[in-house]
Amino acid sequence: MESLLLTVAYIVSSVLFILSLRGLSAQETARRGNAYGFAGMALAVLATATSQAIDSYALLLLALVVGSAVGAAMASRVAMTAMPELVALLHSFVGAAAVLVGFASYLGDAGGHGPRGILLGEIAVDVFIGSLTFTGSVVAFLKLRGSVSGKPLILPARHALNAGLLTACVVLSVAFGLAPDTAGLLYLVGAALLSGVLGVHLVAAIGGADMPVVVSLLNSYSGWTAAAAGFMLGNDLLIITGALVGSSGAILSIIMCRAMNRSIWNVVFSGFGSDSGAQARPQSGPADAQGEVVETDVEETAASLLAARDVVIVPGYGMAVARAQHAVNELTETLRARGAKVRFAIHPVAGRLPGHMNVLLAEADVPYDIVLEMDEINDDFPRTDVVLVIGANDIVNPGALTDASSPIYGMPVLKVWESGRVVMFKRGRSAGYAGVDNPLFYERNTRMLFGDARQTMDRLVAAVKARAAA
Amino acid sequence: MKVGIPREVLAGERRVAGTPDTVRKLVDLGFAVQVESGAGEAADQPDAAYAEAGAEVVDGAASLWATSDLVLKVRPPTLEEADLLKEGAAVVGFVFPASQGPLLERLAARSATLLAMDCVPRISRAQKMDALSSMANIAGYRAVVEASAHFGRFFTGQITAAGKVPPAKVLVIGAGVAGLASIAAAKGLGAIVRAFDTRAAVREQVQSLGAEFLEVEIEESGDGGGGYARQMSPEFIRAEMDLFHAQAKEVDIIVTTALVPGRPAPRLLERRAVEAMRPGSVIVDLAAEQGGNCELTVPGERVVHQGVQILGFTDLPSRMAATASQLYGTNLVHLLSDMGGGRDFRVDLEDEVVRGALVLHRGETTWPPPPPKPAPEAAAAPAGAVAPKPAVGAAPRGDAVNPVGHRPPDPRPVLGGNALAALGVVAAAGWLALRYGLTGDASPAATQFLQHLTVFVLACFVGWQVIWSVSPALHTPLMSVTNAISGIIIVGGMLQAHGDPLAPAAVIGGLAVLLAAINVAGGFLVTQRMLRMFRK
Repeated sequence: MESLLLTVAYIVSSVLFILSLRGLSAQETARRGNAYGFAGMALAVLATATSQAIDSYALLLLALVVGSAVGAAMASRVAMTAMPELVALLHSFVGAAAVLVGFASYLGDAGGHGPRGILLGEIAVDVFIGSLTFTGSVVAFLKLRGSVSGKPLILPARHALNAGLLTACVVLSVAFGLAPDTAGLLYLVGAALLSGVLGVHLVAAIGGADMPVVVSLLNSYSGWTAAAAGFMLGNDLLIITGALVGSSGAILSIIMCRAMNRSIWNVVFSGFGSDSGAQARPQSGPADAQGEVVETDVEETAASLLAARDVVIVPGYGMAVARAQHAVNELTETLRARGAKVRFAIHPVAGRLPGHMNVLLAEADVPYDIVLEMDEINDDFPRTDVVLVIGANDIVNPGALTDASSPIYGMPVLKVWESGRVVMFKRGRSAGYAGVDNPLFYERNTRMLFGDARQTMDRLVAAVKARAAA
Repeated sequence: MKVGIPREVLAGERRVAGTPDTVRKLVDLGFAVQVESGAGEAADQPDAAYAEAGAEVVDGAASLWATSDLVLKVRPPTLEEADLLKEGAAVVGFVFPASQGPLLERLAARSATLLAMDCVPRISRAQKMDALSSMANIAGYRAVVEASAHFGRFFTGQITAAGKVPPAKVLVIGAGVAGLASIAAAKGLGAIVRAFDTRAAVREQVQSLGAEFLEVEIEESGDGGGGYARQMSPEFIRAEMDLFHAQAKEVDIIVTTALVPGRPAPRLLERRAVEAMRPGSVIVDLAAEQGGNCELTVPGERVVHQGVQILGFTDLPSRMAATASQLYGTNLVHLLSDMGGGRDFRVDLEDEVVRGALVLHRGETTWPPPPPKPAPEAAAAPAGAVAPKPAVGAAPRGDAVNPVGHRPPDPRPVLGGNALAALGVVAAAGWLALRYGLTGDASPAATQFLQHLTVFVLACFVGWQVIWSVSPALHTPLMSVTNAISGIIIVGGMLQAHGDPLAPAAVIGGLAVLLAAINVAGGFLVTQRMLRMFRK
């Protein structure tokens, strides 16, 4: 009877989770979606807590309260620019929790269902994915935070290393499965450690610009981890939820890869954005024929903005780093108040997280209906008077369409060069994360505005306002 | 590849299909160019300038037609010209193929290829070849110039020592390319300008030029797709006429530019409206060639009715021959450049633009082309009867015209990409079924595993279907919400944290609950925070 209730509660939770994801398909329903998700989670936790299996509440309550408090504190304090870090960190918790549940399951044999063969196999899988997710997410977190370099770490024979680690994990898991009683504990610890190393190495080898893919992948892994735990515990709710999250992350990874015209294998294993890409440049660079970059200043940019009827702003990671989104919004409001049409063009891989730019712009109060996706706006550039590119580089690189020798050849890009004038806000003269030179800099209608995006934008807003008032 | 530019033979036609400037571009594209002597004379382009630009100047049309692989024309070729064409050669120009039966037969007999500039589809990519818009732009400008030449007063208001002169009031009907050009020209001369269009989408464009946008009280969309207007209902037309009649009493100049593709021009100004105007007023009817928007228009003529002049000139672009030739010539250069230039020129039937413009291909009729895809909903906006609507860009900011049929491809790989994964799952399930099921050794654990696998696979499919519909702008919230949801592992931890609170399993389970709780609380709260920020 009671287990029936529990099952019903789990079914309802599953449905709520699906509705939650469904709700996110549109801005209007997104908040409701989040509420559904929370309701589903609360129901699942309550139902589990009241089930017979739970008999000691003190420990549980303590863990729940402390955990929730920590989570809430993190969530309310995080800056929107630091979203990618937070998401990566949260992924690592899921991974760690899964590893712990795996060990607890082994030691306590809580599932207690059937012969050990399948159960032990499930534990091994759970611990493997969990540990990989945990360490991988931690490395991603450190990279995103800038604590370690965003450059890919390319070890010699790294593919052999990966294969070796994987084989070792399999061997240990088999040994673990064959060990009687809890004697296999050491093997399991070994497997967990090795898959942890594998996680570190896999993510360390991926360049900073590919982080949207990595974070999506880890998101996916965290789902598969939960699903594996569900198999292990014989719990359908975990399986369903894990599968939902896993597919979600997988789809996001696919979308991100497509936006870069690369396969997932290429992203994970090629060490893209390394120096090897840049070295190919000198002999084949489009820069040689094109001549000099033309610098501009804030006053000139302000004048051209005031004369423009149609302005498009292309934000990139540089805007996030400089936290320039509020100044950008102020500029947008000023120009819109004067009757100009201002829109934002978002490349799918702009930033370090899928949808990162949308969140930052939303934080700065930019209305979401003027924030457009690449496909929606890419044909409008010929009609655009001025394009402001703020801290973006590779996603506006015409070489991706024209230069077959470019490492990013074939990646869909925003065709800003078709507009009347492009102003590039750039910190320095370096190439983008992909290490690729950008022929856009040398285009005749391109002007470079060097300096910190935030300061430059602040001065630009002041200049525009001063001119508008005059 | 030899390109020939003959002198236009139609009486009064001053334009030419290439200027020295566009000829130079053709030469750069790898074409050999020959120009008939005197071809550019009426457009103020002397033979010497063509020669200097790299063209060969030849005497007489016959030899030019006979030796050119590609002839560039403005007006449709005459039957006599068609007979001069080299076997299998190509002609590009305005054709209006619907009314050119005999010509098409004549050209087909010579296995000719014929491209109609008036049939270039109005998509973004083809804007640079949109000769109709180029000409409409000129016609719109010239209409105002003609009006002012026939109008006995200033356009701009002045206060002089000799007294005050009121500004002229101009009404432009139809805010397409021509209409917008008229608005800009009239505004530039200092007049007070009003404009009417059935498509509300052009309001912004009209206002951006400083004109007042007039409306009727009836709600009806006049967008006929592809950026053109469509025929409106009788009630609407009635209301429209009343508006024009009322306006006619006030304004001095009316420029009408209303056209519906494939139909006679809509009759918008009735006799009563003309008679309501003050003597000395001017009406310029840009639709004269298609029958006129004004009841009293005589195509090609200037008519005076009760002191009101009605100009029905049909050669307005030709009256600005130098500019018209330059713009038209440039449209041609863009088309030929897109077709491969002189080095690898070819007629690509897969190319939407070429396919649209192609009337004859090696003697075979290819017109009309397969129907264009419907304009995307974004273009849906009211309208009615209007001249060529800006094919984006020719006139200010055309939102209304989207590239026809452009739609992002559905990113959903219909299971094809996952066939392998599905196959793997099926194979694994099959193996398990064989191993445990059919041997009669159906252990409960295996059965249970298979049940879980069923749930897992189904959940994956549900997730797959649901997630594709997530808007890209919400990818970050999606990620944080899935993150929170994957905190469901908390249930796993809870199930372990039982019994003796100090047993290793319970402690580890408790720790797992702690970590997962961070995730749940953090994930949902941060999602909430983010979503609250999104505003319209």
